[in-house]
Amino acid sequence: MGNVFSGIFGKLWGVNKEIRILILGLDGAGKTTILYRLQIGEVINTKPTIGFNVETLSYKNLKLNVWDLGGQTSIRPYWRCYYANTAAVIFVVDSTDKDRIDTASKELHTMLAEEELSDAALLVFANKQDVAGALTAAEVSKALNLSDLKDRSWSIVASSAIKGEGLTEGLDWLIDVIKDEQL
Amino acid sequence: MSTHSYKKFEDTDAGLLPDKMTVFQDCIRAFNSSPVDAKKCRTLIARLLRLLYSGDTFPRQEATTLFFSISKLFQHKNSSLRQIVYLAIKELSSISDDVLMVTSSIMKDVQNGDIVYKPNAIRTLTRVLDGSTVNAAERLIKNAIVDRHPSVASAALVSSYHLLPVAKDVVKRWTNETQEAVLAVKPYPQTGEGYINDSLISQYHALGLLYSLRNHDKMALRKLIQQYSKGLRNPLAICQLIRYVNEVLQDDSSLIPALFPLLQDWLNDRNHAVNLEAIKVVVSLPVTNEQFAAAVLRLQFLLTTPKAVTRFAAVRILNRISLKNPEKIVSCNTELESLISDPNRSIATYTITTLLKTGSSDNIERLIKVISKFINDISDEFKIIIIDAVKTLSLKFPQNYQSMLTFLIDMLNDEGGFEFKNTIVEALFDLIHFVPESRDLALENLCEFIEDCEFTELTVRILNMLGNEGPKTANPSLYVRHIYNRVVLENSIIRSAAVVALSKFALIDAPLNNSIKILLKRIVNDVDDEVRDRAIISLKFLESLESAEISKNVAVELTKPTHVYDLGLLESKLQTYISGDASSFATPFDITSVPKFTEDEYRAIELKNKTAKLEVETKEDIDTSGQSGSANESLQTAELAKQQILQELSQVSEFSGYGAVLHTSSVIPLTEKEAEFVVESVKHVFKEHIVLQFNVENTLDDALLEMVSVTAQPDIEEVEEEFVLSVEKLEPHGKGTVYVSFTRPEEPSVFTTTFSNTLSFTSKECDPSTFAPFDDQGFEDEYQIEDLDITPGDFIIPSYIGNFDLAFDELTSETVGTYQMDSESLQSTVDHLIETLSLHPVEGKDVFNETSHTLKLFGKSINGDRVAVLVKMVKSAKTGITLKATVKSDSEEIAESVLNGIA
Ligand SMILES: Nc1nc2c(ncn2[C@@H]2O[C@H](COP(=O)(O)OP(=O)(O)OP(=O)(O)O)[C@@H](O)[C@H]2O)c(=O)[nH]1
Ligand SMILES: [Mg+2]
Repeated sequence: MGNVFSGIFGKLWGVNKEIRILILGLDGAGKTTILYRLQIGEVINTKPTIGFNVETLSYKNLKLNVWDLGGQTSIRPYWRCYYANTAAVIFVVDSTDKDRIDTASKELHTMLAEEELSDAALLVFANKQDVAGALTAAEVSKALNLSDLKDRSWSIVASSAIKGEGLTEGLDWLIDVIKDEQL
Repeated sequence: MSTHSYKKFEDTDAGLLPDKMTVFQDCIRAFNSSPVDAKKCRTLIARLLRLLYSGDTFPRQEATTLFFSISKLFQHKNSSLRQIVYLAIKELSSISDDVLMVTSSIMKDVQNGDIVYKPNAIRTLTRVLDGSTVNAAERLIKNAIVDRHPSVASAALVSSYHLLPVAKDVVKRWTNETQEAVLAVKPYPQTGEGYINDSLISQYHALGLLYSLRNHDKMALRKLIQQYSKGLRNPLAICQLIRYVNEVLQDDSSLIPALFPLLQDWLNDRNHAVNLEAIKVVVSLPVTNEQFAAAVLRLQFLLTTPKAVTRFAAVRILNRISLKNPEKIVSCNTELESLISDPNRSIATYTITTLLKTGSSDNIERLIKVISKFINDISDEFKIIIIDAVKTLSLKFPQNYQSMLTFLIDMLNDEGGFEFKNTIVEALFDLIHFVPESRDLALENLCEFIEDCEFTELTVRILNMLGNEGPKTANPSLYVRHIYNRVVLENSIIRSAAVVALSKFALIDAPLNNSIKILLKRIVNDVDDEVRDRAIISLKFLESLESAEISKNVAVELTKPTHVYDLGLLESKLQTYISGDASSFATPFDITSVPKFTEDEYRAIELKNKTAKLEVETKEDIDTSGQSGSANESLQTAELAKQQILQELSQVSEFSGYGAVLHTSSVIPLTEKEAEFVVESVKHVFKEHIVLQFNVENTLDDALLEMVSVTAQPDIEEVEEEFVLSVEKLEPHGKGTVYVSFTRPEEPSVFTTTFSNTLSFTSKECDPSTFAPFDDQGFEDEYQIEDLDITPGDFIIPSYIGNFDLAFDELTSETVGTYQMDSESLQSTVDHLIETLSLHPVEGKDVFNETSHTLKLFGKSINGDRVAVLVKMVKSAKTGITLKATVKSDSEEIAESVLNGIA
């Protein structure tokens, strides 16, 4: 069915329409790793992002404008400068970092409270599932109080950027939602 | 299609800047839209840049908004958009906050961006890095420095340079890469799209960076020269290296023999810029005559090259040399003479002024003729330069004054604007002052000139000159006639000036006195108040003189003052006075606070300033550091510093009964500049006292000095210590002044002695920020500082004399001595003599011939006795410098002590 739809949407939105997606989350969560895993299909060597990376992904005939913003404390205040016109947020959580899961939760809810993001869909990656002892997606969901979210399409997917697991699954869900909402 | 077209984003109405608010809003809208229109954004950024480049700016908040919206353009891969995005970020980086947000994006481009914008990315990167992020970029920049593409390497090198103030230690870590880049030959990759000249400019950039990493280490600098003296190919890099050579040699001239072969190579280089740079260095150093000649030989060749810029640079250097050592470039005269008609006017003018300086007494006449033909074709501006040169020449060759005077007078009668005429009048005034033989002829011609002069200001100045100098001439009545003509024919300003000038002739003799009075009586009926008032005052004055109400001396002092005030200082003091509030006018302005000079002293100072100005300018020209202030300024600061010292001295009540200061020495350092306690001294001579002033600076961070005092022990008995004014407290980095007062013996009135000096104080360790002492005790300490000599020069004031030979013959007391000097050169001997004897160099200040030289010095003792010194010196390889001095004076004592001061 994906193919049928993409044909229609390709026409409807034209080549011009770009879909803007933000990848947010605490530092070291794996945001940059995920971005390039999606773009070039490889695990690259990353350095902490000072600022942002932006790449255009072609995914199922759509043009996705993906912004990966740095997660260090000093950079988080600037996330909001990039909220405008955002269709969706991918929030990446390091499932092994139990100490900071509360911080992650706080940042997530502050971000979602912003007016500019009120229509944005939310996809959470419970990342680093390849590491033994990582919290499960359900546990992360609970810690982030996802069930409290109202008026928003959201989903949580267990992922491993290193192994490449869960990423396309998550993205497929996201694209479907965006298409639905923008129709 | 119509030929009249309008493109919305390409405003070509040149000159008009786009509206700032419109640009701002257009930018924000376009940069935030989706999708981004690359072409439109590029045009908008170009407009933004145009605003910023023309000096406009945005408040921080708007700049930051702009910055964030521009950062969004990184989503677009268009490389020409990216290129201009970098230019914009580079500009915004200094006026916007949070620019670190683009760090990662830029680093990605530096790593694997398109060559079109990679260099821009590098240059922008260094603007957004700070101490905390620079480490992340270290490897990237290192790689870029050794990149094979010259644009990338250059960008990285230049950017490293900008990073120095941010993180010098980090930049230091890529020294190896930089070294490699200095000699690396990086050609532009062939693109097939036309020819790109391989300038190898990255060599220049690398060398500059390497130098800044090492310049504090002299040995490293020498090694750098050694290492790169061969193999550099970029001419700018070679020029830069030559400057480093200059720096080393100015610092230590004993290295000249070792480094000269390099300079010789550069003199022969194919590139003219390299030649010129090497020449500049050679001619500014104490090189041998042959070495100097090698540089001049190359200059001679450069004068004939087809490139105007080379000829200009060459003649400019020659001009500089001609100010100090005209005889050394006489060999270029033929080439120079053919440049007089150079189509480039700047070259021609420089050529003439140079020739005027290299001119000897036998070719000057001819030169002046050449100029007379040429000068009518050029603008006033250039004429002024030439007139100034003629003026300097006339001071140097007073015996040739005739032809120069004729030239100046011809010029004066030519057409020309005020500036031009004024310069000529100034030149004539100088001639009148410094070449007494020219006086009468010059004055007569000035009289002719004011018969038909359209500039009131000039006429007034000339009238004043006639009033001062006319009475001294053989035929004063001639001037009276001319001056009176002005009273009849001119406007009231000129008439007033004429009245004053006229009155000055009244004191010469009785017949003239009578005629002047008759003239003045007529003027009393003038229609103008000022003119009338002046005439009445003059008449009253003359009458009171006859009735002996005032003495003749007072009259003479009024009409022909023997003293002049230091006008610069008078002006600045008056300005301070009138800028005070009403209460400051309660006390009248204190004219005694302004120093007075006799006319001769004043001329000596004037002439010294004139020549010193030339010298500072010459030095500046080759100064690589490029940070010396203007010549005038440094001279003025020296004079002001001296006035400051005297001002402070006059405020010490203990000295108020000492009378006037008769002589104040220059500031003499008594410690190294780097010492813990820096001490300098100034000597003041009064009628009955000698005061030593010690300026003490505490350079320590954590020591509080108390009871700071100096013990100065003379080595003769006649001088006795009276009292010491010590400094109570010197905080860390504080300065204070200790005065020690001594009696000055009646006999001998001039003497020499050496004071051995010790600084003493109580030292307490203290907190470096609050200066609070840690304990109250402290310990007493002493600190040995250098000895201080009282020399005969401390009793002498340099003074100008128009006719040295005449005065020399007149003076009766004579002493003669022959000495062996152990100084390096005749020039340094001359400099030493001028400094220690405190006499005015009337002739022979500059040594042209290092084998024999004559120096003439003149001055007056503080008692008013004249002293003239004739020094003949020879230098030979065997015996070194031998000097014979003949000192003549009004006073035997002075003659003897000055002679003693030479040894
Ligand atoms: N084991 C494991 N490691 C991962 C995974 N994803 C990312 N990492 C590692 O986590 C570290 C941080 O990854 P980044 O992608 O740089 O993290 P980031 O979220 O971009 O961090 P900031 O840019 O500082 O916000 C890297 O060493 C990655 O290799 C994963 O799924 N499993
Ligand atoms: Mg990252």
